Amino acid sequence: MSQLFFGYFAGMIAITSILVVALRNPVYSALSLLVMFFHVAGLFITLHAEFLAAVQIIVYAGAILVLYLFVVMILNVTQDDRYHSQWLIAGVVCIPLFIESILLLSGGAGALNTGSPSLQSEPHEAITANNTLAIGKTLFSTYLFPFEVASLVLLVAMIGAIVIAKRDIGEHDA
Amino acid sequence: MTIPISYYLILSAIVFFTGVMGVLIRRNIIAILLSVELMLNATNINFVAFSHHLQDLGGQVFVFFALTVAAAEVAVGLAIIIALHRSRSTINVEEFNLLKW
Repeated sequence: MSQLFFGYFAGMIAITSILVVALRNPVYSALSLLVMFFHVAGLFITLHAEFLAAVQIIVYAGAILVLYLFVVMILNVTQDDRYHSQWLIAGVVCIPLFIESILLLSGGAGALNTGSPSLQSEPHEAITANNTLAIGKTLFSTYLFPFEVASLVLLVAMIGAIVIAKRDIGEHDA
Repeated sequence: MTIPISYYLILSAIVFFTGVMGVLIRRNIIAILLSVELMLNATNINFVAFSHHLQDLGGQVFVFFALTVAAAEVAVGLAIIIALHRSRSTINVEEFNLLKW
């Protein structure tokens, strides 16, 4: 049963991620990215990360993608978007990396699956049924300082976005 | 029946390299940013799969931070796109060659 779910979610994620790159209209690309975000959230649920699935839908599908669609429509992108002339570079970068990772995985998969119990020397805060509670405890104890730094990152990004996108005061008159 | 971790790694590799291809071959700067989102999501899948595999919540916490950074990146990137479109009135990356050698 879990394999069925994994197959469905993985297939849809792969197909929609290829569609994001392949479709020419940016609005269609953004919408297929939306479908991909929902399926990634489904994959998170099968991995018992319910809190992250909710955050994925709220932040990615609710906030980030709406921002993308907003910008696509404010810029009114209608010109025909052709592909770049960098096929050769793209192939040279991607194909060896992909083959390499497949070889690594096929060679190391057995070791990864059998050697894992030695890695989990001390289950940190074992993933319980109450996923949100456990994440909150970890976030506010072990990762408290990175959490504060993340808030600083968001503040800087907010101020930076406003300053960059703002029209200059005198520009309107000129 | 549990899914082997290597399946998740292969799925994540497919999504990541699709994102790399998108960054390299698309001309529309918005499509390039969407491909960066694909790469970020591939790393998130990896983090959550390993978090489940090793029964450690640190991976899920790092996905949380990756989400924060992705939101910041999108806000600043789209602001730059709007500023660029205002000054050059195009979003084709081949037109932006001011800093090219």
